This record gives sequence, C-alpha cells and structure tokens, in this order.
Amino acid sequence: MSRLRLYQLAIVAGFILLLEALCLAGVIDKITMPPPHVIGRDLVNMILAGRYFGEIGKSLMNVLLAFAIAYVLGIVAGTILHGFKTVRDILDPLFATYYAIPVFAFYPLFIVIFGLGDGPQILIGILLAVVAVIVTTLNGLDRVPAVLKKTAQVNGLNPLQTALRITLPFCAPYLLTAAKLALAYAFIGVIGSEFIMARSGMGYEISYAYTNFDNATMYPLILMILLLSIAANSLLSYWERVLLDRRGQK
Amino acid sequence: MEKEERAQLRNMIILILGLFLFWELAHLLVGDVALRSPRQTMQFLGGLMRTDVFWLHLADTLKAFAVALAIAVALGLLIGFALGLHRLSGDAMEPMLVALYSIPKITLYPIILLAFGVGISAKIAFGAIHGIIPVALFTLGAIRTIKPILIKTGRVLKLNPADMVRGILFPAAVPEIFTGIRVGFSLTLIGTVLGEMFAAQRGLGYLLMNAISLYNIDLIMAVTFLLVVLAASVNALLLAIDRRLHHG
Repeated sequence: MSRLRLYQLAIVAGFILLLEALCLAGVIDKITMPPPHVIGRDLVNMILAGRYFGEIGKSLMNVLLAFAIAYVLGIVAGTILHGFKTVRDILDPLFATYYAIPVFAFYPLFIVIFGLGDGPQILIGILLAVVAVIVTTLNGLDRVPAVLKKTAQVNGLNPLQTALRITLPFCAPYLLTAAKLALAYAFIGVIGSEFIMARSGMGYEISYAYTNFDNATMYPLILMILLLSIAANSLLSYWERVLLDRRGQK
Repeated sequence: MEKEERAQLRNMIILILGLFLFWELAHLLVGDVALRSPRQTMQFLGGLMRTDVFWLHLADTLKAFAVALAIAVALGLLIGFALGLHRLSGDAMEPMLVALYSIPKITLYPIILLAFGVGISAKIAFGAIHGIIPVALFTLGAIRTIKPILIKTGRVLKLNPADMVRGILFPAAVPEIFTGIRVGFSLTLIGTVLGEMFAAQRGLGYLLMNAISLYNIDLIMAVTFLLVVLAASVNALLLAIDRRLHHG
C-alpha cells in the first residue's frame, strides 16, 4: 500500500518536474505557460492576499447548491421510480442516452428564459448531476435483499418508513457513489457555464484572464479548481472505500 | 425475446412522444419570447438545411470530431493496455485517472488554446482529452478481469506479447472496450462542440454561440435540437451493439 502511494507520488512529482524542465528550457514558452513553481507561488500569493475570494465563494456556493438540490431530488426521484416498473422501463432509454447529450447546449436557452444570473448555471449543474444520482439510487435499491423488504412488511412499515429506515440505509455505499458523481457533475456544470457566459465566478475570471493574457491570474485559478475538485473526489472515494471495507465488500 | 423487443420499442416511442409533449407544454408556458414549438423548430431546421453554410459548419464539426475520436480511442487503448498489463502501474494510475476524469476539463481550455492556437487543432485536442480517459479506464478494467486461464493458455503456447494482445487479450476484452468507446464517443462529441463554443470560427458550436450573441432563438433551438438528436441516435445505436456484445 505504501509502495503504491510512493509510486503515485513519484508519478505526480515526475510530471511536475518534466513541466518545470520543459518551461525552463524554453520548449514551452512563457506566453503559453509559466513554470510550475511560478504558478505555485502565484497561487500562494493569491490566497494570502485574499484575491478572488468573493468569486471563489460564489462559484463554490453555486456548486454546493446545485449538488444539494440534485442529490436530494435524485434520491427522492430514484426511490419513487423504483416502485413504478413501467415508468422506469419507459425512462430507461433516456437514462442510458442522457450523458451523450451535450447538456451545455441548453445553457443559451436557460439564459434566454431565466436571464444571465446564477439560476441557469445552477440549473445546468442540477441537470448534469441529477440523472447520475437517480441511476445510482435505482442500482442500489435493486440490490436490497428480499428478506429486508419482508422484515419491513412484517413490521408494518409504510413505504416512507421502509425507505428511510431499511432500504436507503442499506444503499449507503451507493448513495456515497452518487454523491461523488453528483459533486463532480455539479462542478463541471457550474464552472463550465461560468466559462461559456457569465458576469462573475471562477470560470468567468479564468476566461477573462485568458482574454487579457493574464497568465499570473489564469494559471493559479485553474490550478485551484483542479485541486478543489480532485480533493473533493479523493475525500469521497476514501469514505466510500472505508464504508465498503466495513461491510466486507471490495 | 421478440416480445421483449416489442416492449422496448413501445417504451421508446412513448418516451419520445412524452419528451415532445413536454417541449410543447414548455413552449405554451414560456411563450415565443424564449422558446419555439417543436413544429417551428423543425421548419426552421428544414430551412437551415437548405443553406450551404450550414453544411460547411456541420462538416467542420464532424471532421474535428472524427480526428478527435480516432486520437482518443488510439491513446485510450494504448494507455489501457499498458496499465492493464503491468499490475503496479495499473493500481497506481487507476485512482489518478478517475480523479482526472472528474475534473471540469473546461478549465483546461485556455491552456489548450494557448498551446494549439485558435482553430481546428484546439477543437480536436479538446475533444480528445474528453474521450481518452473513459476509453483507458474501461480497457484497463477489461484486461484486469480477463480470466487468468486465458492468459495462462497464451503463456503455455509461448505467444509473444504482440500475439498475446492480438490473439487473446483483445478478443476477450472487446465487449468492455466497446463500452469504453461508446462512452468516449459521447464525451468526445461534447468536448468538440464545447471547444467550438469558445473559440472557433466554424462548426455547430460556433453557430450556437453566434446565435446566442444575436439572440436568435430559432437558430439556438434548431442547433440544440440537431445536436441532441445526433448524439442520442448514435448513442442508441452503439448501446444496441454494446448489449449484443455483452450477451451474444
């Protein structure tokens, strides 16, 4: 295990060193990309100076909002849908094709309908995230053993109690997977929308810095988004593994 | 089997009718300010298809997409096979690839533009980075789960690595690899169109972005509709092949 970590660390370090060498040697010129140590320094300075904190907070807030709405909506919809086999069969092809559809193509429409504010961005985040949550919830509910369902019946639990006390807790690992996917999609949806068209937010600042050749702002911001999303993903993956280990599943 | 297929077809038709009904209702609710009805959109799309400019844009998107997909599949297979054959590398790289898969790749767009310049190569690169990782991850998973007895058979027969890949690993992994290519296909298309939305002078993504700045709702709806139909129908086809490979 520790050998594996070492190996991973070596890959990341090697990649950064390679970039550093290529930048210093001039293979990658300064206008394209500053060397990694400069990006790191700019990022630290940016954080210390508190620059863009408002923008970052706003983007993260929208991501969390989109995530929370999609997550709750997805679990509720998935749980209800699980009880209606015909409706589920009809929606199944939609779920199977859903992530092939460029959801961002709807962003312009949402701007026209709702105006250029936070609404359309959050909506894109929700639209991207919610289907992953529904599908994963359905997947988990399919695996609930019959004996648990019978236990619920014997104890005279109504459907809501069954869901809250028996089936959803059983699905905890799946719900965690759903959270991981939903967070990733909410991130992609919100930041991507800000990128395409917005008046503020991290994505907007990056594209603004790009148009102004402001690499000292652009690269640290990109690095920060990458680090944030990777950190969130790794944290949830870790939690997922702990939960699966505890249940003796791998 | 036949009965099941008929039920599937019926469900598909209900779903499509339902989606159109939803669209129609949304149009009634929101009105002409922001939406067009399905009929208006089809009519506009029909008119658009009679112009030469439209076909130039479509051809440009398809060309960039084809090259991007070829790169994504080739590199994805290469990475997937290399990591699948070397246990430690595979174990180390898999979680890293998953983490990379989840980042908003859109933020990398400025870097790609700086590296490739505005034009078709930036679009291709942006499309390809969306598709490489799913192809690689599915291939890696496929090779890992090949029955050990097949690999042992290859060893006993003293196959060289090239024959091993061609004769045993690849055929055994084809269904899973196809799933990876299907996912890669969709993501590469999304990536290519997104790339066109930001910085291109041609392509469907550019057409869409242009329509936004001109507030041309007819054009926005027509291009969005076309993209959705294109992506959904190709994906449905690939999904059907995918299912056949997995159960055939």
